[in-house]
Amino acid sequence: MDDGDNKKKKTNGRGAPGKGGGRARGRRTSPVSEDEDDEEDTPPRPRRAGERRRAARKEGDEDEDDNKASKKKRGGAANRRRGGDGEGGDGKKGRKGRGKKGGKGGKGEEKGDSTGKEKDKDEDKDKKKKKGSSSDSNSGSEEEDSMSEGEMARLMEEVEEKKKLIATMRNKPWRMKRRLVLLKDAQQFVDKFEGALGKGKGRKWFAYKVMMTKKWIKFQRDFDNFKTSCIPWERKIKEVESHFGSSVASYFIFLRWMYGMNLVLFGFTFGLVVIPEVLMGLPYGSIPRKTVPRPEQDTAQDYSVLMDFNGYCKYSVLFYGYYNDQRTIGLLKFRLPLSYLLVGIGNFGYSLMLVIRTMAKNADVGGGDGDESEFTFAWKMFTSWDYLIGNAETADNKYASITTSFKESIVDEQENQKDENIHLRRFLRVLANFMITCSLGGSGYLIYFVVKRSQEFANRDDLSWYEKNELEIIMSLLGLVCPPLFETIAELEDYHPRIALKWQLGRIFALFLGNLYTFLFALFDEVNSKLEEEQDIKNNSIWIMKEYYANFSRLTNDTEATPPPMNPADVIRGPCWETAVGIEFVKLTVSDIQVTYLTILIGDFARAMIVRFLNYCWCWDLEAGFPSYGEFDISGNVLGLVFNQGMIWMGAFYAPGLVGINVLRLLSSMYYQCWAVMATNVPHERVFKASKSNNFYMGLLLLVLFLSLLPVVYTIMSLPPSFDCGPFSGRLKMFDVIMETIDLDLPAFMGTLFSYAANPGLIIPAVLLMVLAIYYLNAVSEAYKNSNNELKKKMQLARDEEKNRRNNTDSTNQVMKDLEDLLPNRSFIPPPPPPPPKAEKPQPEAKPTKTKPGSAAKGVKVQKDVALASPNPNARGPVSQAPTPRAGPRPGRGAPAN
Amino acid sequence: MGNKQTIFTAEQLDAYQVGSLCFVINTSSLFILIQKLFYRYRDLAPQLVPLDYTNHPDVKLPYELIGSMPELKDNPFRQRIAEVFSEDGEGNMTLDDFLDMFSVLSEMAPRDLKAYYAFKIYDFNSDDFICKSDLEKTLNKLTRNELTDDEVRMVCEKVIDEADLDNDGRLSLEDFQHMIVRAPEFLSRRKPNNITYILIWF
Repeated sequence: MDDGDNKKKKTNGRGAPGKGGGRARGRRTSPVSEDEDDEEDTPPRPRRAGERRRAARKEGDEDEDDNKASKKKRGGAANRRRGGDGEGGDGKKGRKGRGKKGGKGGKGEEKGDSTGKEKDKDEDKDKKKKKGSSSDSNSGSEEEDSMSEGEMARLMEEVEEKKKLIATMRNKPWRMKRRLVLLKDAQQFVDKFEGALGKGKGRKWFAYKVMMTKKWIKFQRDFDNFKTSCIPWERKIKEVESHFGSSVASYFIFLRWMYGMNLVLFGFTFGLVVIPEVLMGLPYGSIPRKTVPRPEQDTAQDYSVLMDFNGYCKYSVLFYGYYNDQRTIGLLKFRLPLSYLLVGIGNFGYSLMLVIRTMAKNADVGGGDGDESEFTFAWKMFTSWDYLIGNAETADNKYASITTSFKESIVDEQENQKDENIHLRRFLRVLANFMITCSLGGSGYLIYFVVKRSQEFANRDDLSWYEKNELEIIMSLLGLVCPPLFETIAELEDYHPRIALKWQLGRIFALFLGNLYTFLFALFDEVNSKLEEEQDIKNNSIWIMKEYYANFSRLTNDTEATPPPMNPADVIRGPCWETAVGIEFVKLTVSDIQVTYLTILIGDFARAMIVRFLNYCWCWDLEAGFPSYGEFDISGNVLGLVFNQGMIWMGAFYAPGLVGINVLRLLSSMYYQCWAVMATNVPHERVFKASKSNNFYMGLLLLVLFLSLLPVVYTIMSLPPSFDCGPFSGRLKMFDVIMETIDLDLPAFMGTLFSYAANPGLIIPAVLLMVLAIYYLNAVSEAYKNSNNELKKKMQLARDEEKNRRNNTDSTNQVMKDLEDLLPNRSFIPPPPPPPPKAEKPQPEAKPTKTKPGSAAKGVKVQKDVALASPNPNARGPVSQAPTPRAGPRPGRGAPAN
Repeated sequence: MGNKQTIFTAEQLDAYQVGSLCFVINTSSLFILIQKLFYRYRDLAPQLVPLDYTNHPDVKLPYELIGSMPELKDNPFRQRIAEVFSEDGEGNMTLDDFLDMFSVLSEMAPRDLKAYYAFKIYDFNSDDFICKSDLEKTLNKLTRNELTDDEVRMVCEKVIDEADLDNDGRLSLEDFQHMIVRAPEFLSRRKPNNITYILIWF
């Protein structure tokens, strides 16, 4: 039978390639029912194991088949040659031949499906004969007595083939000329015969589909571009990234993220607190807390006073003290004190939620440092150029970014390859950590010591300038000396720069915590003294008020008449510690801004200017030698940002305006620093890739958030608010506002509900439940992580194995290829019929494995499974044909049963 | 803009449609598209290209003109692109080659086709394999010679190490395809900073 097939091939003038062509043919199922968009729905075809990928996408599938066909057509050469040269005529012939044969093959199979009982028997014999060999078993299914079929079917098939060729021509890597020739040919053929067959209706629908797909893709792309252009500063950041690497860019991305978050905080604060107060609250000068006191009025507008946020600044909406304690303001009955408290808490809630969500999302993205993909460098090499770039500036940036990214990967790779004396390195790392711990401890103690001393100094008057400013001086000295020291020590450790950056961040963070600690310490001292002072003034002012009224009634001798209210500027008022704290934070923030900007201006810009222009008249090379240009200090900038945000969180409750200032700062900082880094800095010596998730920054931010949450919550919960300023004046505690609202505004049952909810009997179980939930989730995530790692390992293993197999077993590979070619066919051809009648009755289960013992792939497995599931031999068969069990598809089975 | 008979015959148009630019389906938009392309082609050298293409004039535009097109002039591989698509291999293009090039570079072109041509573009010495020297050339073009020799060597070794499946020290088309179809960016060029398209008529 095989011989017959081959002969036929020869008569068709094709010879060797017949095998491939035959296979392609054999798989064509019921061609009559298929329209010409069948190229989209062609059933999956068998593939050579090694030579083709398995395409996931339909499109890929489609043109893969075509490529394959064209390859076979060329005689199964292992490597596809360039399509163009000198193959035009040949290819054409091949095509034609294939088309014709396709007609026969397809028809033959049809026949086999529907009627070929004996034929199937024959085929089975054939199979048995060639059991274990790798030859083309499929040829059996092409057993052709096609000549008995009419010319019609053949023609139809041929036309199909031609149409398919036309439709898929664009996928072929041929020269236009050749395409045109081929096309003309094919089209003529189709025109000639199609009319007779009355086909070609699906064209419009196909056209419509393609058009819609195209439009959809275009729309998606436009939309994506639109979305990208909506991301603020994307271009700026990309530009920085292309020149300085992703590590520097990660700072700017962090900055942008901060800006977004602060914008929301700003929206809350201004929308719910500041603007209602401005629009609906009492105007300036109406009550004492909104008026500059008389003794200060002369200097209230001086520049120096305003710069210290005293004078008019102090008595403005920027600060806590300005707000009135009226329960509701304006026509809308806006509950300002309640809103003030809720916004204060809500800011923290929102920030916490956002930070944690971002962290979780980042962890989801991968979190892994560096990408572990198979083809890092190859992809970089072949896919990094963007063929859409059409302007010189973009192209320059692209060159820079490609170079940078190559350098980043090279650094990573070098790190991977490095394996020197591991013991020495470990020792050095331990040593470095020891030294840094020592210096951290030392500076911690120094700070502690200085704070103690300053408390002593506070009680003395005869202080020298140094003694007055000792704390600040020491702190800034530490901030100046320690980071470079740490960096020098970190050289010992010889970490990858990305990891080194993390260590550096962590260490400087620990150092700065000292800063924070002293600051808070001083602040609480101040608050406590203010509170004492306030107590005195409170009594005092009540007394004065009484006296005022007494005097008034004594002077007018009229106890009935109400005295005119005192001029608000004259009223004695307390120190209002909240405003004082707020001012402190605002001052700190502003001075921080000034210092940062000045540092950039002097440390980077001036330095760059000097290096650049003095280089012409200097005795050594300034650019390459000592001062050189500055590098962008990632750790310092990130920590600056993080601590600044801490200040904002702490201060925002006492100075609502602080959020606005911060938004301005971040905004200007974005532009300023982008400019500065591009204009004055040089890339790091070893440009390194930032870790994909900047969760480390987020972690620091979370820590700072927590640290700044504590003092604010403490003051809200435990300190009494000032008696004469701020939205909570006159109440014992700030959160009394909530109680008040519950009592007065909400229905009574809500009050009882809340009192139940506050019951310890309820709270303790709730806490326990939460702990349990945390424990459970933790365990689950641990398990997931484990299985994840396991899978990763397996994938790695499989990859290695595949590569090894490809490398080593070229000869066996050939066999495997052929086998794999054969196997998937089985789901499309009739199932292997049983061996001649005698083998039939006794052992039906064992057969399927016997039919193809040499093959170890899935085709057999499928059959085996089915066989096991249904011991009845008649019910056996490939799954694809199960739905119509009694009809044609299994003639082989049917025959013996009869 | 004249009617289509002045430039192409209807059959020619039809042939172009299915031959390469079959993403455009109805004849009117096909006509517009081919006309646009034709005028792009002709604008490169109005004195060389006749307005009448019905009798298949044999016109070639030299590489200097092709390479100066805005779509290509900033591309480091423009010479290779022109060479690969031109029939004579020197970058001189006929209208057919020109249409060919744009149809392959268009976004609707199938992935395998793109991969095939990408392979040819990167195969500088046209020996059907991407070998070390090709890689070095590619890398130097991509980075404008800014990497040191050591780095270039290392990167090339890594690339071969990663993508060479049959261990013959060079990349065959199969290796290349195997590698490239896994690349996330290969087909979807939707990187954020691309606002410009090479295919302005789409």
